[in-house]
Amino acid sequence: MEHYLSLAVKTIFVENILLAYFLGMCTFLACSKKIETAVGLGFAVIFVLTITCPLNWAITHFFLSEGAMGAWTGIESLKTIDLSFLTFIAYIATIATMVQIVEMILEKFMPALYSSLGVFLPLIAVNCAILGGSLFMEQRAYAFGEAVVFGLGSGIGWALAIVALAAIRTKLQYSNVPKPLRGLGITFMVTGLMAMGFMCFAGISL
Amino acid sequence: MAVITKQDRKNIKDAMLDSNPVTLQVLGICSALAVTVQLKTALVMCLALTAVLALSNVVISIIRNHIPDSIRVIVQLSVIATLVILADQLLKAYMFDVSKQLSVFVGLIITNCIVMGRAEAFAMANGPLPSFWDGLGNGLGYSAVLILIAVPRELFGSGTLLGYKIIPQAFYDMGYVDCGMMVLAPSALFLIGGIIWVQRFFSGYTEEA
Repeated sequence: MEHYLSLAVKTIFVENILLAYFLGMCTFLACSKKIETAVGLGFAVIFVLTITCPLNWAITHFFLSEGAMGAWTGIESLKTIDLSFLTFIAYIATIATMVQIVEMILEKFMPALYSSLGVFLPLIAVNCAILGGSLFMEQRAYAFGEAVVFGLGSGIGWALAIVALAAIRTKLQYSNVPKPLRGLGITFMVTGLMAMGFMCFAGISL
Repeated sequence: MAVITKQDRKNIKDAMLDSNPVTLQVLGICSALAVTVQLKTALVMCLALTAVLALSNVVISIIRNHIPDSIRVIVQLSVIATLVILADQLLKAYMFDVSKQLSVFVGLIITNCIVMGRAEAFAMANGPLPSFWDGLGNGLGYSAVLILIAVPRELFGSGTLLGYKIIPQAFYDMGYVDCGMMVLAPSALFLIGGIIWVQRFFSGYTEEA
């Protein structure tokens, strides 16, 4: 239990997927003008990440890695098959499917949120945070439980960062920023300052 | 038909300056920031991305009339993913060290918005040859920004360029210290913010925010 808790804290704060690895930056910058949109998107990302991480874990361990298919089917000839070069394409297919499902659910049950997210919901499919989460999970060889916690934690970390940035940007509208720096430029610098803030969590271990 | 027309040249130039994918279209930032601690990894990343971008544009442009509209995203993704797998396998075979350093970021070319964005915006509506030049131009525009960020980060962060010592030992003896901040994540964000500032100062482009 403690192990999972420390992993969660680590993924949310210390190794925040957005501020330490810059994953999901495009959506982060484009959708952080209004807090409502940011909150909606944050939840969508948490949801998709929590589902895709364990799902991709299962795909890796039952189909893709060397001998995985042979181990549970018991067929001798499958034991030498190594499909790990298909990792990328398998992951992206899972993610695209999951995003499609989330889109349908939102359209049906939360139409207001659906229309406010607009084009950015399908774009979650190409959000680097989602694919990056799965790839990190595979690279660090997490076990199943860890993969669930890692997915959830990364999602929460991402949502936290985008909501915080949206709040700052709302305030920023009233400040006198040099003209060429307005919009994208100042947002980058604010994100940089946030990343520095999050760095003070480094070294915390539970 | 000329291999590269005037319009193509203009497209390449535009992609590098006036509509640079990173600083103006806000595409493909994730990888731009994460791989720029060292110039070498940045260069390899540029090479991989430009190759994938140009080739995926060509392939998608060739099959553009056969892609049903409703499933075009998944078709584009599978074309891109296939090319990225090729790039990844090549890197693993010939440049194993760099491939280890880039870790997941080669795979993340799949979700790099530049590739998807250009496929959707240009390759779906144009022939293979203009698409190739468009992909190349955008790849070079991305590379330009990456190199601009990577050079100061490696030079001031570790005093080297491409692994060679640039800042002489005499400086260190006089008390010069490497700027440790340049190696860390936030510096890339400040640098790219600065680049955008300078570029927009000269181009006069502003946005209300």
